[in-house]
Amino acid sequence: MTEALTAPYVLEYTYRRSMGPVIGRFLEGLRYEILEGVKTADGRVLCPPQEYDETGAPTTGEFVQLRPTGVLKSWTWVAEPRANHPRKTPFAFALVQIDGTDSCITHILDAKSPKELETGMRVRVRWAKEKRGTIQDIECFEPSSPILLGPVHLDFSVMPGVHQTAYLRGFEQGKILGGKCKATGKVYVPPRGASPVDGQPMDEYVEVADRGVLTTFTVVRIPFEGQKLTPPYCFGAIVLDGSDLPFYHLISGVAYDEIRMGMRVKAKWKPREEWETSVENILYFEPTGEPDAPFESYSEHL
Amino acid sequence: MRDIAIVSFAQLPSERRADPRDEAEMLEPIINEALGKVGLTQDDVGFTCSGSSDYLIGRPFSFVAAVDGLKAWPPIRESHVEMDGAFALYEAWVRLLHGDIDVALVMSFGKGSLGSIPDVLNLQNDPYYVQPLGLDSISSAALQARALIDAGKATEKDFADIAVRSRRDAMQNPFAQVKGEFDAKKILKEEPYLASPLRKSFCPPLTDGAACVVLATAEKARAICSRPAFIRGIDHRVEANSLGLRDLTVSTSARLAGERAGVGKAKVDVAELHAPFAHQEIILKEALGLDSSVRINPSGGALAANSIMTAGLTRFGEAASRIMDGSAKRAVAHCTSGACLQQNLVAVLEAE
Repeated sequence: MTEALTAPYVLEYTYRRSMGPVIGRFLEGLRYEILEGVKTADGRVLCPPQEYDETGAPTTGEFVQLRPTGVLKSWTWVAEPRANHPRKTPFAFALVQIDGTDSCITHILDAKSPKELETGMRVRVRWAKEKRGTIQDIECFEPSSPILLGPVHLDFSVMPGVHQTAYLRGFEQGKILGGKCKATGKVYVPPRGASPVDGQPMDEYVEVADRGVLTTFTVVRIPFEGQKLTPPYCFGAIVLDGSDLPFYHLISGVAYDEIRMGMRVKAKWKPREEWETSVENILYFEPTGEPDAPFESYSEHL
Repeated sequence: MRDIAIVSFAQLPSERRADPRDEAEMLEPIINEALGKVGLTQDDVGFTCSGSSDYLIGRPFSFVAAVDGLKAWPPIRESHVEMDGAFALYEAWVRLLHGDIDVALVMSFGKGSLGSIPDVLNLQNDPYYVQPLGLDSISSAALQARALIDAGKATEKDFADIAVRSRRDAMQNPFAQVKGEFDAKKILKEEPYLASPLRKSFCPPLTDGAACVVLATAEKARAICSRPAFIRGIDHRVEANSLGLRDLTVSTSARLAGERAGVGKAKVDVAELHAPFAHQEIILKEALGLDSSVRINPSGGALAANSIMTAGLTRFGEAASRIMDGSAKRAVAHCTSGACLQQNLVAVLEAE
């Protein structure tokens, strides 16, 4: 087949359109940020106003002023705008039912992503800065959220109390302190104000080892509001040698699928020069490499 | 009223670009083929009507040049509609009812590859309220598809299934453009949205094509065709242009045209529906009351080839061919025009 000859060719119609009393009034109103609909013979309101309704009946010429808000009735997300589209960046085409009307206006809707859009959502008019009496005097519609942000921010002091203070002071020296119950001889980490067994003060502190048995654990894989660590991470219950109740800290330095109950772990301390009055002086607990503790040895702590 | 039948159909293979032929060169072979199939020549034709749109190639009065594809001297009775060729067929049917001629030739051509179809079709929108916004044909169809999903009448999976079935059927149609085995799950997983919720496979291909149909009155039809496809009913209806004045999830115009054409009077074997976008098949099936027993678009339909201004006439030609080749006794042919199924033309074709 012969190769086709082609050449660029542009078609333009430089029409001037007269607008008449219905469309003309509506578009002129937009120039002044006035949004109007027209009443039909059967009492409905159309926006944009039409000279005839869909049944072919002439509309009444009676105009109704409208609020610049409405409901999104349908939309399509244009991820890659075409040359003839009004925007160069992604946007939506939309059908919007203006409040107080019985029809929809076709226009564009501004949003950052289609995830923000849902049929039925409230939208409002965003007026163009420069107006020329055209449909583009409405720059676009935009989502109008009925949610009022109401953040609360209050400043407090926190005081750990006498026993927690002793406990936290211990970390300044690289020590983990427990409190000994006079009645049972059991050691609680951290120390408590009173023994849960007999209600007596627990004011005898003992230093426990920075190593022990991992009794149980969980691997956190989902994000949540207020989370400080990046998932995944492992949180474990450790019965430190010399204590009788589990203490909670991060487990790391080992693949998550190798963490197991009964594993012997030891504290991984921060460098000494970074120590503060905080349990965070211990970065995490990691395996010691010793044989696992038998289940019976820690089963009472589960 | 005189009985009128489709007796012959010819089409060009649909392709992305029909270079290097011009309109007359596209029409000439299929006119001769369509007339030749029933042993007629241009001298036997009492009325010729074409359907096309100058906007497709940006050249005013391009249909006049296309008359060169006919033998137009001495001067012939000729007319043109700025519509799909199926609407030209309607005019030819009306002209045959006058009673003074017995053969009419209907043709159409569309060479959309010379311009940008989705942008050209914005010109059918309201010039005051919508055209300035650049609402292309894919985006307006997407507004309709979303409304259909939101109304609970369809899912994206339904759209994908229609696309897969159409392009599988198109493998049996040597004139179709997009054909093959596609996978609905893969389409839904891998194809990005052109205009959400429409993906490329839910939209028609861009196609150059041409089609030609010969109509004849009953006596003549029986003389030149062994199994003419008689037009038992034909009607077309139009709705408001503004999308905001219509319920896009239904097609009232297609329903009324279908009722007037008598679609529901007896069992339909096959329907060729002009649904350029997959979701529109769902709307049309409901409007025309076609149930799952009806074979829809065995040709592959407009999802397999959609030459603008020709795809509707091709539906008539394909439906008539199912009657003429004996595979169907009663068929529905449909053509749409305008954004979101604004206009609908429906015909019922039957064997005797």
